Amino acid sequence: MTVSRRPHPELSAARHDSQVRLRFVGPWTLGASMPAAHTYELPFTTDGIAHVSFDTSKLTEWDTGFITYLVELLAAAGRHHLDVDRGGLPQGVQRLLALVEAVPEKADARHDAGRVGMFTAIGRRVIDSADSARAVLGFIGEATLAFGKLLAFRARYRTSDLLLLVQQAGAEALPIVTLISFLVGLILAFVGAVQLQQFGATIYVANLVGIATVREMGAMMTAIVMAGRTGAAYAAQLGSMKATQELDALTTMGISPLEFLVLPRMIALFLMMPLLCLYSDLLGILGGATVSVGLLGLSPIRYYQQTVSAISLGDLVGGVFKASVYGVLIALAGCLRGIQAGKSSAAVGEATTSAVVTSIVWIITACGIFAVLFYLLGI
Amino acid sequence: MATSTTDSDAHIRVDQLTMAYGNFVLQRDLDFTIRRADVFVVMGGSGCGKSTLLRHLVGLNDPARGEIWYGDDNFTRADPKLREQILRRCGVMYQSGALWSSMTLAENVALPLGEFTDLKPHDIRQVASLKLALVGLKGFEDYYPSEISGGMQKRAALARAMALDPEVLFFDEPSAGLDPISSYLLDRLILELRDSLGATVVVVTHELASIFNIANNSVFLDAETRTMIAGGDPKELLAHSDNPKVLEFLTRGAEKKR
Repeated sequence: MTVSRRPHPELSAARHDSQVRLRFVGPWTLGASMPAAHTYELPFTTDGIAHVSFDTSKLTEWDTGFITYLVELLAAAGRHHLDVDRGGLPQGVQRLLALVEAVPEKADARHDAGRVGMFTAIGRRVIDSADSARAVLGFIGEATLAFGKLLAFRARYRTSDLLLLVQQAGAEALPIVTLISFLVGLILAFVGAVQLQQFGATIYVANLVGIATVREMGAMMTAIVMAGRTGAAYAAQLGSMKATQELDALTTMGISPLEFLVLPRMIALFLMMPLLCLYSDLLGILGGATVSVGLLGLSPIRYYQQTVSAISLGDLVGGVFKASVYGVLIALAGCLRGIQAGKSSAAVGEATTSAVVTSIVWIITACGIFAVLFYLLGI
Repeated sequence: MATSTTDSDAHIRVDQLTMAYGNFVLQRDLDFTIRRADVFVVMGGSGCGKSTLLRHLVGLNDPARGEIWYGDDNFTRADPKLREQILRRCGVMYQSGALWSSMTLAENVALPLGEFTDLKPHDIRQVASLKLALVGLKGFEDYYPSEISGGMQKRAALARAMALDPEVLFFDEPSAGLDPISSYLLDRLILELRDSLGATVVVVTHELASIFNIANNSVFLDAETRTMIAGGDPKELLAHSDNPKVLEFLTRGAEKKR
């Protein structure tokens, strides 16, 4: 034996006639460098072997690492149709091996890890997306029904919940909306100024920032901020309520979660988004003004007048209207993903991610549709 | 099955019920009757579909086949309005309590009262306090669910389930996660409520002590054959059943070795 500080596990085989005696020496523990896996078969490859026995008199330590090795070894012996005498193994090892073998593997217990054909995979995807589209439509339908009940004053939700949601989606969102809108106005002004300076038309920065902010960017930036901030929160709230069966508790109480949870969230965002959008418009224009006055040397009055003359009421109303629609979309996407969530903490995380992605996709799609509509309507 | 009932005292009747998730059949051809004021236990090994059966009974899942009747009303085929009326006479206590975490205990109990009765806010508050006192939570009205222990959450959930004085109380694993004494006290409370309110009680559990303490009727679901293999009073099942699986379950595996 080599003189090393840490003894390592050794396996040797001695053959007498048709019998092989496997001798385990040293510590056979997890983390010890056991003989490599391909050596399982080696002692059995010679012809004429019929019996296997074990000698563990020099085995100093063992744990489940040894058992793992033995299970593979016994499987190899089984493949060679050998008769195994386990008498030489320590009592504890024999008992653990018996436990491992006590319950046969259930035929359908393992997940189907086999490769799926391309057409099967495509087919499953198609069916899945059809199901998911149906779920989305069903949810929108139910939400519409709940909205109808609201108009008939028959919807069940708590006013105190609604007020709290309004506060969360309104006042508490102001700081982040301030920051983002102001910076976007600033950036627009910078980009525009560089181009417009070439024509000596720097005053038109006011038009650029004003129209872009009021028509599109105000509503869009607010919506994206709210999707990440509030839509995600809705998905997480409803997702964890689903995981803890709080949604089930509502349903069996005869209270529809759609009315009790989704409706107030839709109303909160529907009401708050236009206000946030107006605020965002103002901050965006202020951002533009900061650059124009500070860097381009325009007078504040001149900038103000140019902005007022550039923006029409239609631009403003169109932008604010879009913001309301985005608000409803964000609330719908957040609540939908929350309600669809699975019943684990991982599922709640996925629901949150999915809510933000869904909201943004819906917002951008709606934005495109609005662009075409407004163009056709001449707004 | 072994339930010798006439239709008059039948409260809930499960008729040829098959439960499935997609193509996976969990239990098929369940057929049993729960009588008025029964303490009815749904028992069976883990994963055999006990909790799913409860979800079917309260309409959270729809049967793949078969029907559920409440008295003379067909619950499975009922329109939403009738369904709501039936559910309003039911109270459910979920495994984890499922109290609404954004509301205090009193608000949790008060919500169904506010929605379905014409009581004034002051009266609602008083009734909610009374229900909490009934389950031993006097003085905890303004606590949030996260501020109290698991056992207290379960009792608060029971108070909420009884808010509307239901005719049927459903319990999903009431003793899960409780120490033996709390579990025993909860069992006593269930019996007490059954006796004083005259409610029918349906309990999903695999807790043997609890089963023998409270049940006078039961159904046994088997995970392998995926159907019910016994029914009736668990004590009688223990004494007279010749089904090895039922005996093994009711004796904690001791019967198998004999």
